[in-house]
Amino acid sequence: MSNVGIVIVSHSPLVAEGTADMVRQMVGDEVPLAWCGGNGHGGLGTNVEAIMSAIDRAWSEAGVAILVDLGGAETNSEMAVEMIGEPRAQKIIVCNAPIVEGAVMAATEASGGASLREVVATAHELSPS
Amino acid sequence: MAALNLSRLIVVAADTIATHAEELTALDQAIGDGDHGLNMKRGFEAVRSEAEAFAAKPLPEALKAIGTKLVMTVGGASGPLFGTLFMALGKEISAAPDRANLTLAFGKAIEAVAARGKSQVGQKTMLDVLQPVHEALLQGKTAAEIADDADAAAEATVPMKALRGRASFLGDRSIGHMDAGARSTALLVRTVAETVGESA
Repeated sequence: MSNVGIVIVSHSPLVAEGTADMVRQMVGDEVPLAWCGGNGHGGLGTNVEAIMSAIDRAWSEAGVAILVDLGGAETNSEMAVEMIGEPRAQKIIVCNAPIVEGAVMAATEASGGASLREVVATAHELSPS
Repeated sequence: MAALNLSRLIVVAADTIATHAEELTALDQAIGDGDHGLNMKRGFEAVRSEAEAFAAKPLPEALKAIGTKLVMTVGGASGPLFGTLFMALGKEISAAPDRANLTLAFGKAIEAVAARGKSQVGQKTMLDVLQPVHEALLQGKTAAEIADDADAAAEATVPMKALRGRASFLGDRSIGHMDAGARSTALLVRTVAETVGESA
């Protein structure tokens, strides 16, 4: 798929899956989409391996925008991008935006064929600066 | 550090973290999400299980591999932070480091941790231990003095107000508790200092 992909990373698998559900129902199937959440041991948290795998699943040559919730999700997402390494890393951006609204708005933008930069900018507009 | 026995150092470090896991968790329960001890224990047990393989590599490669293992196994925000510390240390250190090279590499590693956590000294984090340890290295202090400085630095996070991480949500209520990451960092510094000893 040539549209930008969206990855949703929450501490809670329920929040991540629910957010992905909203994207699918409100935006549709035109956007590569993956989510991950939980610490891999049944508790809340995020982990780098799961994020790397979600990026793989949502991979698009147009790039991938990642939506995160609290601090550790951002730190782990940035770590995952670094471990994926170049050349793919330069096409992956961790957005500074509320996770649910950001995911829906970014996916809406992506579904129209917008560039990664435009998709990320749309998500960032939701963030109080 | 010519006689560095990395395999033994890994085992001692994993023992130290395991011994203090409940203490670290208790610290984290006070102002964080209460998983630090368990997370660190899981990560260091994973490193311990491959101690011989890590020790067989040249020191820079070994540290990078240990960092990657910690990223993948510790979880939480501590995984990337401690992982980055070791990975960055591995990038800068030489195969047989002297004090000057260790000090330089340690300084670079601290910068990498600060960048990863978008944090700086004074925000009640592991950086508040790492920075004084770097200064102690610069000042030519002995291993025993460095270990004491690390403990004192962890203690000094008690009156600080957390500005990064989950504890920052508590604002002023984070004051009066030691930062769990600062404590685990001090434990690791003491372990390295006492194991590697004066030859560093």
